[in-house]
Amino acid sequence: MNVTLGHYLTLGAVLFALSVIGIFLNRKNLIVLLMAIELMLLAVNTNFVAFSYYLGDMQGQIFVFFILTVAAAESAIGLAILVLLFRNRSSVNVDELNSLKG
Amino acid sequence: MEVKSALFYLFSVVMLFAALRVITARNPVHAALYLVLAFFQASGIWMLLKAEFLSITLVLVYVGAVMVLFLFVVMMIDINLDALKQGFWNHFPLAASIGAVLALELASVLMGGFRTVQVVAETATPAGTQYSNTKELGIVLYTDYLYAIEIAAVILLVAIVAAIALTMRERKDTKAQNPGEQVKVKAKDRLHMVKMDPVHQALVPPPAEEPKP
Repeated sequence: MNVTLGHYLTLGAVLFALSVIGIFLNRKNLIVLLMAIELMLLAVNTNFVAFSYYLGDMQGQIFVFFILTVAAAESAIGLAILVLLFRNRSSVNVDELNSLKG
Repeated sequence: MEVKSALFYLFSVVMLFAALRVITARNPVHAALYLVLAFFQASGIWMLLKAEFLSITLVLVYVGAVMVLFLFVVMMIDINLDALKQGFWNHFPLAASIGAVLALELASVLMGGFRTVQVVAETATPAGTQYSNTKELGIVLYTDYLYAIEIAAVILLVAIVAAIALTMRERKDTKAQNPGEQVKVKAKDRLHMVKMDPVHQALVPPPAEEPKP
């Protein structure tokens, strides 16, 4: 049985669903939340690459390139905020971060 | 089953297992290491899709830089692991049902709709031709997307500046020299000449030697 575009897209969908479950489960650990976001971006990038290959269009890979750039910046700033948060609150629990609540 | 299909299923199964372990691992260090495994498998899958440049970039940028950053942060902050796992599975029924619905709906639509898509002839290059994915990507990137790539560069610069500005702190308990202040200093800041009236002071006479008996 040949692998079709549908297989790759399904793989991306399952990976995306797994990361959504991870975001629900890891409410007490901001680091694993960031990792789940990285997994989501990976799933989306896999979709882009699969479309790029099967439709014969280079633009999909270009898009993946820029997503990688933005994701690297995002994780760097996210981890910096995380370190700052831990320094001030001594905790990475998302449920405790409600000081902006009115 | 041909080799490519077998490789696809192997990479997929290992990647999904690694992703599952990322979101359920007790220790964040283990989660980070499983995430590295997941990125490696994704790199293999992209290689199957003939996106060699992005595949190598994924390994270099993500495994080499981002995951090392994650590991640094995980090891730098001190997390109470037992407190983290309190009520870990509380949200599991809701999360699992939402995830299952998401995956099943997407999979049914995607498998039904894209099963018949055939590879377009341009990308299905025969072996032995001088086709370079990196070259093709570079040509498009530096002509059509030149403006976008400059914006991407600025975004990375902003990320550098923001990360440093957020985490830098001045310590109050360290003594440091300020070279600028040291260079600017004048001689008269160091030494003050004070005019004083001459003071006459009677010399204390040396104690008389005791006469020898």
